[in-house]
Amino acid sequence: MKDLFAVVMLLGIYSLLSASFFVAMDAVDVAFTEAAVGAGISTLLMLVVITMTGRSEKTTRHKPWLALLVVVFTGGVLIYGTFDMPYFGIADAPIHSHVAPRYINESMKEIGIPNIVTSVLASYRAFDTFGEVVVIFTAGIGVMALLSVGRRPEEDEKTTAIDDSMHEQYLVIRIVTKMLIPFILLYALYVQFHGDFGPGGGFQAGVIFAAAIILYTMLFGLTTARKVINQSFIQFIAAAGVLLYGCVGIVSILNGANFFDYNVLASDPVAGQHLGILLIEWGVGCTVASVMIMIFFNFAGRKEMQQNNEKISNIEGESP
Amino acid sequence: MIIGLFNDWVVVVLMMSGLYIVIAHGNLIKKLVGLAIFQTSVFILYISMANVEGGSAPILAEGIKQFSNPLPHVLILTAIVVGVATTALGLALVVRIKEAYGSIEEEDIQHLDNQTQDETEIQATEGDQS
Repeated sequence: MKDLFAVVMLLGIYSLLSASFFVAMDAVDVAFTEAAVGAGISTLLMLVVITMTGRSEKTTRHKPWLALLVVVFTGGVLIYGTFDMPYFGIADAPIHSHVAPRYINESMKEIGIPNIVTSVLASYRAFDTFGEVVVIFTAGIGVMALLSVGRRPEEDEKTTAIDDSMHEQYLVIRIVTKMLIPFILLYALYVQFHGDFGPGGGFQAGVIFAAAIILYTMLFGLTTARKVINQSFIQFIAAAGVLLYGCVGIVSILNGANFFDYNVLASDPVAGQHLGILLIEWGVGCTVASVMIMIFFNFAGRKEMQQNNEKISNIEGESP
Repeated sequence: MIIGLFNDWVVVVLMMSGLYIVIAHGNLIKKLVGLAIFQTSVFILYISMANVEGGSAPILAEGIKQFSNPLPHVLILTAIVVGVATTALGLALVVRIKEAYGSIEEEDIQHLDNQTQDETEIQATEGDQS
């Protein structure tokens, strides 16, 4: 398929399908994340990029046979490897016999929240999650370093004028979206705080929150969105989220326990666990939301700069 | 009961299609799409391993005895979000490559690279002669 737009849309549909697949296999938290991230944000980012890099693929490779050979061979070896795997859905497979029974049987007593995924994510394996949050933060910084544009104030007025004329066209979409955005933000907060009891948590809430802001940016223009949410403020929040997460660990060390052992954060161990999980979910939510918004702002800012350059070169080309 | 391995075979097929796209296509966006498919196949592998026949989603409730394994869910949940962050980084690199080379086709980029390399070599030999 030569049309990259179709390719990206198919990838979005594939992500949504795999999310429903995850629901079918009882992984509701994962499905939630995949639907918000894979079908939402990543499709959107790819669409932004193909508007910058061109919509159609130019060449096809002339000799796909070598690649096909490698793939078929590797696939054959992997299929051979699967014959040693336990069958699908068997309850006494090796994977279910190590730490999983402890998480399922003891987490209510030790952590005191019904959603086991949240208690494993935020308490038993909090150090792991901390690493993931740092990776997301680093990726955000990397995108910023690659794409951020120095802004010249005298150009701002021109671009605002262009944006206004562009965004006045879609009246129905604008009004409907304006009504929807508060509900999306409210839903993000619900997901954030209800993550202990149902599917949800900081990662999903952050992505949904960012999706609302990105929707606003798409309809009202980058300049308007930057007035609502200052970009340096977003960067500050991204760093503050990681810092909050790390500080919870440091505080538990200072209270004489291990890193991310929340039992000592309050007089009662279970209450301490609740407090610790609440705080680090906040850290995760803040970082994920602001890194996603930051990434989108940088891509959109880059695109705006390219458009302005084209316009300026067009004007200069016409004038002599 | 050989059909019990069906989930693994689906994963292998998806993984190999992702790998094929990464190897065989010159377009950098398509390579990233291939990586995304590869990534999702790994997610499906983990989630299908966590599934237990007759189990329920790992949220404790009255009257439910059998749960899916929550640990792979946790690993994949974070992996998905990290995956989109790294994909964004890859896309940022693609945008910069487009700006530098004017193309995102692998062949064009290699061609341009070889050209500049040849030019510098010619310049170097001319410098030696003079």
